[in-house]
Amino acid sequence: MCIVIGMSVGFALLGLLESGPRHGYDLKRFYDERFGHGRALHYGQVYSTLARLLKNGLVEVESEPGDGPERKRYAITSAGVTDVAGWLAQPEKPEPYLQSTLYTKVVLALLTGRDAADLLDGQRAEHLRLMRELTRRKSDGDLADQLICDHALFHLEADLRWLELTAARLDQLADQVRP
Amino acid sequence: MASPMADDALLTAEDLHLSFGPTPALSSASLRVHAGEVLALMGPSGSGKSTLLHCLAGILSPDSGRVRFDGHDLSAMSDARRSALRRTEFGFVFQFGQLVPELSCLENVALPLRLAGVGRRQAQRSAAEWLDRLEVADVAGKRPGQASGGQGQRVAVARALVTRPRVIFADEPTGALDSLNGERVMRLFTAAAQQTGAAVVLVTHEARVAAYSDREAVVRDGRVREQEYVR
Ligand SMILES: Nc1ncnc2c1ncn2[C@@H]1O[C@H](COP(=O)(O)OP(=O)(O)OP(=O)(O)O)[C@@H](O)[C@H]1O
Ligand SMILES: [Mg+2]
Repeated sequence: MCIVIGMSVGFALLGLLESGPRHGYDLKRFYDERFGHGRALHYGQVYSTLARLLKNGLVEVESEPGDGPERKRYAITSAGVTDVAGWLAQPEKPEPYLQSTLYTKVVLALLTGRDAADLLDGQRAEHLRLMRELTRRKSDGDLADQLICDHALFHLEADLRWLELTAARLDQLADQVRP
Repeated sequence: MASPMADDALLTAEDLHLSFGPTPALSSASLRVHAGEVLALMGPSGSGKSTLLHCLAGILSPDSGRVRFDGHDLSAMSDARRSALRRTEFGFVFQFGQLVPELSCLENVALPLRLAGVGRRQAQRSAAEWLDRLEVADVAGKRPGQASGGQGQRVAVARALVTRPRVIFADEPTGALDSLNGERVMRLFTAAAQQTGAAVVLVTHEARVAAYSDREAVVRDGRVREQEYVR
């Protein structure tokens, strides 16, 4: 769970950089405003994530006079853009607390001018794929299987309703997230 | 999304446009339905799902674009030919009100066969078999008004299947049912369609109903995003 969140912070920072180069502190503020939901990132986490992205060649640094990490401006590289595109296009495995990762992806798609509706449809297909599997398992199973599958199905259905509602509000959301 | 097996589709809509006065309902809608598949049509209210279904079934004619069934262009057919096609090759299940209230459930299911010229006794025998398959043999002698919503929908499915059509169009067939009854209808409906080899075009906004399909297509603003077909 923590690893998943950690990974999505990396992609989120990278995606935010795709909309323009930023200083570390500026990037943190930008992230907190959009994705913090009341829980701000620690500076340490921002800089360690940026260091990892730098090491992997996904961002580069435009240095400015003066020392210290807060003077560095980070810019995404073309390898970084490819990574963001790949992440956005890959549907998430359906699981609890998915919506915060999906919300992040939708906002980044809007910020970087990608097709957010496409992303949501891809996720819908992934959810329905699992729902079909559970529905088949349910038809073949005993009452216990049915109840367990139904529980999962109702949760997936709730996710899907959220996806639909989000799709219906994309224009509104786009107006809000674009700086 | 173009499928590599595009040509083996049984029913296709190509670039359909249709407006109701100033309101565009379909704007470049394309879709393929393959023999024997259950295809769910999803999408927000007002996006054009029912309109697309009615065009596919030859009930509505698009302003432009083409619908082909088994290679034949629906709009090139005479009205008589098109309605004959609807009677023999297509079956319909809607949300409400499709059963004749004055007839018993058994007579309702036998009716399409009677209209096709099948004798009374044979028609009733087939109807009884279909009611049995859909687990509603017990309402055979009742009027539709005396059956529950779920039973009524299963009778409607039996009536749609009794002529062994190649495509069944279902617009929110479980829309008025609770989830337990809705799923029972879907389970029996899809199993029966599979037995006869009928394709099903199913409009639904419920994901748990769509989960009985093989594939989904999403309608948005009169256009379709179709999930790729893999046999
Ligand atoms: N007979 C009609 N006359 C005028 N406008 C119509 C008619 N039928 C549909 N429309 C309009 O065409 C558009 C598509 O309608 P349609 O019924 O196909 O949507 P839908 O996806 O089936 O919606 P729902 O999920 O609410 O059933 C809507 O804007 C609707 O208002
Ligand atoms: Mg409709």
